[in-house]
Amino acid sequence: MAQRVLEVNNLVTCFKTNEGTVHAVNGISFYVEEGETLGIVGESGCGKSVSMLSVLNLLPQPPANVSADSIRFQDTELTKASKGEMRNIRGSKIAMIFQDPLTSLNPVLTMGFQIMEPLRLHLGMSEEEARNRAGELLHLVGIPEPHDRLSDYPHQFSGGMRQRAMIAMALTCNPPLVIADEPTTALDVTIQAQIVDLVKRLRDKFGMSLIWITHDLGVVAGLADRVNVMYAGFVVETAPINDVYMVPRHPYTAALLRSLPRIDGSQEEQLESIDGMPPELLELPPGCPFAPRCAFTKDICRQQNPHLKEINPEHWIACWVDITTGKVR
Amino acid sequence: MNNDILIQVKNLTKHFPITRGAIIQRQVGAVQAVDKVTFTIRKGETLGLVGESGCGKTTTGRTILQLYRPTAGEVFFRGIELAKLKGKQLRRARRNMQMVFQDPYASLNPRMNIGNIIAEPLEVHKIGDRQERRERVQELLRLVGLSPHFLTRYPHEFSGGQRQRVGIARALALQPEFIVLDEPISALDVSIQAQVVNLLAQLQQTFGLTYLFIAHDLSMVRHISDRTAVMYLGKIIELATRNELYGHPLHPYTQALLSAVPIPDPIRERKRQRIILEGDVPSPANPPRGCRFRPRCPSIQDLCKQKDPEWREVAADHWVACALYN
Ligand SMILES: Nc1ncnc2c1ncn2[C@@H]1O[C@H](COP(=O)(O)OP(=O)(O)O)[C@@H](O)[C@H]1O
Ligand SMILES: Nc1ncnc2c1ncn2[C@@H]1O[C@H](COP(=O)(O)OP(=O)(O)O)[C@@H](O)[C@H]1O
Ligand SMILES: [Mg+2]
Ligand SMILES: [Mg+2]
Repeated sequence: MAQRVLEVNNLVTCFKTNEGTVHAVNGISFYVEEGETLGIVGESGCGKSVSMLSVLNLLPQPPANVSADSIRFQDTELTKASKGEMRNIRGSKIAMIFQDPLTSLNPVLTMGFQIMEPLRLHLGMSEEEARNRAGELLHLVGIPEPHDRLSDYPHQFSGGMRQRAMIAMALTCNPPLVIADEPTTALDVTIQAQIVDLVKRLRDKFGMSLIWITHDLGVVAGLADRVNVMYAGFVVETAPINDVYMVPRHPYTAALLRSLPRIDGSQEEQLESIDGMPPELLELPPGCPFAPRCAFTKDICRQQNPHLKEINPEHWIACWVDITTGKVR
Repeated sequence: MNNDILIQVKNLTKHFPITRGAIIQRQVGAVQAVDKVTFTIRKGETLGLVGESGCGKTTTGRTILQLYRPTAGEVFFRGIELAKLKGKQLRRARRNMQMVFQDPYASLNPRMNIGNIIAEPLEVHKIGDRQERRERVQELLRLVGLSPHFLTRYPHEFSGGQRQRVGIARALALQPEFIVLDEPISALDVSIQAQVVNLLAQLQQTFGLTYLFIAHDLSMVRHISDRTAVMYLGKIIELATRNELYGHPLHPYTQALLSAVPIPDPIRERKRQRIILEGDVPSPANPPRGCRFRPRCPSIQDLCKQKDPEWREVAADHWVACALYN
C-alpha cells in the first residue's frame, strides 16, 4: 500500500459567533497517499476550506475551535507540532493555492520579490540564485518573458497569470503536498483549462500529492484519483473517482450528478433538482444532515446520523439506505 | 417554436467613453464593449448568449432593452425600432421587456420587503389598486414557488435561490413577452441551479416567454437554449441552433471554448482532447485590428490581420464570422 502523506482523524471545527455555535466541520477523517490527487467536492459552506485551514492551523482560535484525534503529516503529528514547526511545514512542505491570489499576494511588493523570498528564506539561496530560479519558475508555469515580469506588481498580472504565479510560488520548495482551494473558480473556462493542464503536467513531473477543492464536479472528474463528497461539514461519500461518478451510492452525490447538464449532451432530459437548501450549521438536525432533502428518507434517517461505512472496497458512504433497493441496509 | 421574429438586432454597438481630466473631461478612447452585432430572437425561443467575462454579454442585454443608449445600430421589437419610441409607446414597449439580474444579493433593495419589491413595477406603471396589486404579488410568489406569506419579509431573510425567484417574480409582474436573463444562476449553488432553470423553463412554457439567456456556463446554456450565440471581445462570432453549435462548432474560438468545459464523467474526461488557448483576452479598449481573436487563434490566415471577418450564414441557421468560412 502506498504511504499516506497526510492522514486526518476525526477533525471537528466550530466557530463561536453571536448567533451561536457554527458547526462547520463535524468529525471528518480522510487521507492522501503519496502521488495521489484527492478531490474534495461540495457546495459552498459545506466546510471544504475550513477543514483545510484547520489542518494547517491557519484559523485564529478563538473564534474557531479546532480539535482532532490526530492529524499526521509524513512523520509529524500536527496536533502536537509547535508554532515554529507548523510555520516550517507550511513554508516548505505543504503549499496552498487559493481561489483569489490577490488575497495572498502583497500589492506593494513586486512579484519577483514575493517569489524570491521563500527561496532565500527556506532554501538559503543568494539574491542572484533566487532571481534566476524565480525566472525559471515563472517560465515553468508558462508566463511569457518571465525574467522581465519579475519587476511587475501583482495588479499588472491578469487573473490567469496571477494564478500561474501562485502555482510557481507553491512549487518553489518542491513540496510533497499541495492543497489547491478552488484555484480556478474565479477564472474563465479557457483560462481554467490552461491552469488545470499546467497543474496536471507539474504534478506528473514532480510526483507531489494534491488536494483539489472545488464545487465543480467537472474539473475534478479529469484530475482526481479519489473524491470526498462533503455536505454540511460531513464527508458523506468517499471512493475512487470512477465509483463516485459511475455508481454514486449516497443520495446526495447521486442527485447532484443528475442535476448537472453536460456539454456533450449526454444528459439531455429534464434536470433533476434537489428540493430545499443545505441545513443551518447553527442547529444541525439530529439525524442525517441530508434527510430533509433526500428522496429516500426513512424514520431512522431523522433520528440518527449514519457513520461512514465501506459498502464496496474503498467505497464509503454515510447513509442508512441502500439506494439501489430503496431499503434500509 | 415558430419563426416569427420578436427581436431584431442590427449592427448594435455600445462603446463606453474613456475620459481624462477632472474638470474638463476629454475623451481619450473607448471601451468597445459591443461592436456591430447582428442577430434575431424568435418568438418563444431561448437564445443563449455565452462568452467569457468582459466579452460584452451584459452590455448587449442592457442595450437591447434600451437601458443603455446604443452608440450605433438598431434594435427592433416586433419590427418597431425601439430608439424611435417616445412617451407612452416607449413605456408600453418597456413593459414587454424585462431583465433578471445576475447577483441576487445586490439586485434587490434591502430596505424594501418582498411584496413591495415585486409590486414596484406594477406601481410604476399604475396597474391595479392596492388590493389588486397585493393579490397579483401573491399569485406571482406562488408562480415562482415561494409561499405567498413571504410578502412581508425582507431580502436578507432569503437564500440566494429564493432571492433569484423573487427577481423572476418581479420580472414577470408586468406580463412581459421578452426577458433578458443575465447570468440568473451563476451565483447559485449547483443543487439550486437546476431548481431555478427548471422554473424558468416551466414559466416559458406557461406564458410563451422569449428569453435571452446570458451565461458563462456552456453546459447549462446547451441545456436551456434553442439557439446559442458565442461572443468574444465585443463581437458575436458564431450563432447556430443548439445541436449545430455544440455538435459542429465552426469558429476556432467556439471550438476551443467548448473543448475547455469539463464533463462530470471521469471516463469521458480522460479521453478528451483539449484545445488550450494561449494568453489572455486583449483589452476591449484596444482590440486587435482585423479579427479580434487573431492573436490567440490556432488557425490564423493572412486575411485575418487585414479585415474584420464577415458575419455570414454558412449553413441554414448557422452564422459565423471567420476568414476560414468567408
Ligand atoms: N470565521 C468564521 N466564523 C463563523 N463561521 C465561519 C467562519 N469561517 C467559516 N465559517 C462557516 O463555516 C462553514 C464552512 O465554511 P467553508 O469551509 O468556508 O465552506 P466552503 O465549503 O465553501 O469552503 C460556513 O457555513 C461558513 O459560514
Ligand atoms: N458602464 C460601463 N462603463 C464602462 N465600461 C463598461 C461599462 N459596462 C461594461 N463595461 C466594459 O465593457 C466590457 C463588457 O462588459 P460586460 O458587458 O459587462 O461583459 P460580460 O457581461 O460579458 O462580462 C468590459 O470590458 C467592461 O469592463
Ligand atoms: Mg471555500
Ligand atoms: Mg455580465
